[in-house]
Amino acid sequence: MNPQIRRRHFLSMVGVGALGTTALAACSDDGGAGEEAPEGPVELRMTVWTASEDHLGLFQEIADAYVADHPDEVSAVTFETIPFDGYTTSLTTQLAGGNPPDLAWIFESNAPEFVQSGALVDVRETLSSTEGYDFEDVGETALELWQDGDALYAYPFSNSPFVMFVNTDRIAGSGQPNPADLVASDGWTYDAARDISAASAAALGGAGLVVRDFDYMNWTNLATVWGGWDAEPWSADGATSEFDSPEMVDALEWFHDAIFTQNAIPGPGTSADFFAGDTTMTITQISRASSLDGSFAWDIVPLPAGPTQQQNIVGQAGVGVLAAGKNPQAAANFLAYFTNPENSASLSLYFPPPRESLLNPETLAAGNPVFSEPQLGIVIDSISGATTKPSHANFAQVDTTARGALDAMWTPDADVAAVAADVSEAIQPLLEA
Amino acid sequence: MTSITTAQPDRPQRRSAWRRRDAATGYAFVAPAVIGAIAFVIVPLGAVIWYSLHEWNVLANTFTFVGAENYQHMLDDAALHDSLIASLWFSIGVVAVNISLALFLAVLLNQRLPGTTLFRVLFFTPVVVSLVAWTIVWGFLLQADNGINGFLAEFGVTGPNWLRNNVTAMIAVVVVQVFKNVGLNMVLFLSALQSVPEEIQEAARLDGAGAWRRFFAITLPMISPTMLLVAILTVVGSLETFALIDVLTDGGPGTSTTVLVFYLYRQAFEFNQFGYASAISVLLFVIVLALTLLQWQTRKRWVFHES
Repeated sequence: MNPQIRRRHFLSMVGVGALGTTALAACSDDGGAGEEAPEGPVELRMTVWTASEDHLGLFQEIADAYVADHPDEVSAVTFETIPFDGYTTSLTTQLAGGNPPDLAWIFESNAPEFVQSGALVDVRETLSSTEGYDFEDVGETALELWQDGDALYAYPFSNSPFVMFVNTDRIAGSGQPNPADLVASDGWTYDAARDISAASAAALGGAGLVVRDFDYMNWTNLATVWGGWDAEPWSADGATSEFDSPEMVDALEWFHDAIFTQNAIPGPGTSADFFAGDTTMTITQISRASSLDGSFAWDIVPLPAGPTQQQNIVGQAGVGVLAAGKNPQAAANFLAYFTNPENSASLSLYFPPPRESLLNPETLAAGNPVFSEPQLGIVIDSISGATTKPSHANFAQVDTTARGALDAMWTPDADVAAVAADVSEAIQPLLEA
Repeated sequence: MTSITTAQPDRPQRRSAWRRRDAATGYAFVAPAVIGAIAFVIVPLGAVIWYSLHEWNVLANTFTFVGAENYQHMLDDAALHDSLIASLWFSIGVVAVNISLALFLAVLLNQRLPGTTLFRVLFFTPVVVSLVAWTIVWGFLLQADNGINGFLAEFGVTGPNWLRNNVTAMIAVVVVQVFKNVGLNMVLFLSALQSVPEEIQEAARLDGAGAWRRFFAITLPMISPTMLLVAILTVVGSLETFALIDVLTDGGPGTSTTVLVFYLYRQAFEFNQFGYASAISVLLFVIVLALTLLQWQTRKRWVFHES
């Protein structure tokens, strides 16, 4: 046989094989949404970022009770833990791969993106029409982020406020005023927190004040600081950057000064962990209290007041029904059961609930035994009137771009106002996109 | 005569049957490799090219044909241009340092001295260590106030904040990448060095050639085929580095260490721009292919036995 012909024959076989494999791959796409509702009971899957056995045990208990009550509708509910870091990436990869979960936890920062993209199903009708659901009990402000017009795309099951954890051993050891006393005397300000932190770090070593999880990367956590200056990174409609506003520049200058001039906040590349006992105070959510091991005395106080105001901040998490899932209505029905008043009370053991009837020290005390009743009062007060951390429909790109541009600020001689202007200029096109 | 005339048409038929059987056996042998290549190389490559012609929003579940729009967008994408520059610096650094260090170590450890086996093991060990574990350890070593800087502080030296400065961060990722893989190239060079015939070296020595002359005139040309292999592997490996950047710098500070693969990942899995990310991956494929072909085509000029 002519070698030319043989090669052509071989190549044509490869081509046919490739086309055949492509066709098989195309045919094997199950399509996800749009399939007709199955006749028999279905299996549901919910992605979560908690790996706590207590949390997962409670979820499974609720799910098993639902399956027992609705054997014709749902045969099983599984809870799939995806690591916190990269959770949204893994979730969207599942969507891209044609393997969407039926329900998913969603970070507040990604809420507008999920709400506006059509990735989630409107669950308002299902929730509000479910008998005994008492939809009016869910705080309107808690729902804001998850609504678009009359549609509600997720239930904000967790509203965990940011507070200041204080190592009172280090306060006493460095002879500094107790923040709780300053709260009582209206002297609890960011300047006071900075001065106490700097003095205690100078006297005892270790670190002063840490905005936990900021790590010079997760800049949205600084919302817990700039709220005191009434600053926002962008306008309420998300279209205009306000990163270079005088309020934001003042807040960032205060923060920069606290790092590089006052040595009150550990600088970039420095490790400090409040829960290891070598840090005087840290801004974080109450759920972190589980890391306290009793090795030092501690307390919590509200976020300090800035020059303009005292602003409470909550970190929200929602649970929504994926439109691309195979059984959206069955998933919405399960969501209504999962978050009904009784199950919300159970969930509030671990997650501060959006239901106003459950926001009381007695309910929260059951799930947060490390807190005293007055401390739980601070937790509840920190939820009221709180805003959420920054979020945007184009959050991922805005977040990455702002983080890159902000890196120039974390040097001792940085021109804070100029860097803030650069950040503003960099994110403006992305806010409009 | 009759028997001859009847046998003649039968012989080609039998030969043809043997050939068919031979061909079938041959195809059966290559089938697993061909099917694997089709399923895991050709089809994904075709799919990526197809995706690159679409705007694919996984959240909105939309997949719209946009033609060459994603490729046009590459021309205006300043961040992509930054990542190409970062990739260029990273690859130059990794290739230059890795190959020279690997060759230097191989030459040193090719000597018959006590303890060389121990050093060979020491330099090769990082190759078999988990990349993520290796990178996390380096992350601690490169902290502002601990690790290397803590050691320097003992001598009154204030080290730089390695991962927070554009230049030192790039140096850091290059060094960490080189130390991770230099052992592999070192072993390849060692093997090549040991296959250089001793009699040629001896003849050169008798002719009065010194150590440097023998190295450049005999050793280097003799190991040049391995040099080609190492160069191709190192260039391709440097262009595909991802996990190291993800764990150590997350592409920062700013975008100084956002190499092309990391930018591609970010577009696909953080920004959900799967169509645009596919176009970038086609660009990466073309770059890797072009550099490999360039090295292959120029081999005749410098690789022994290829001229």
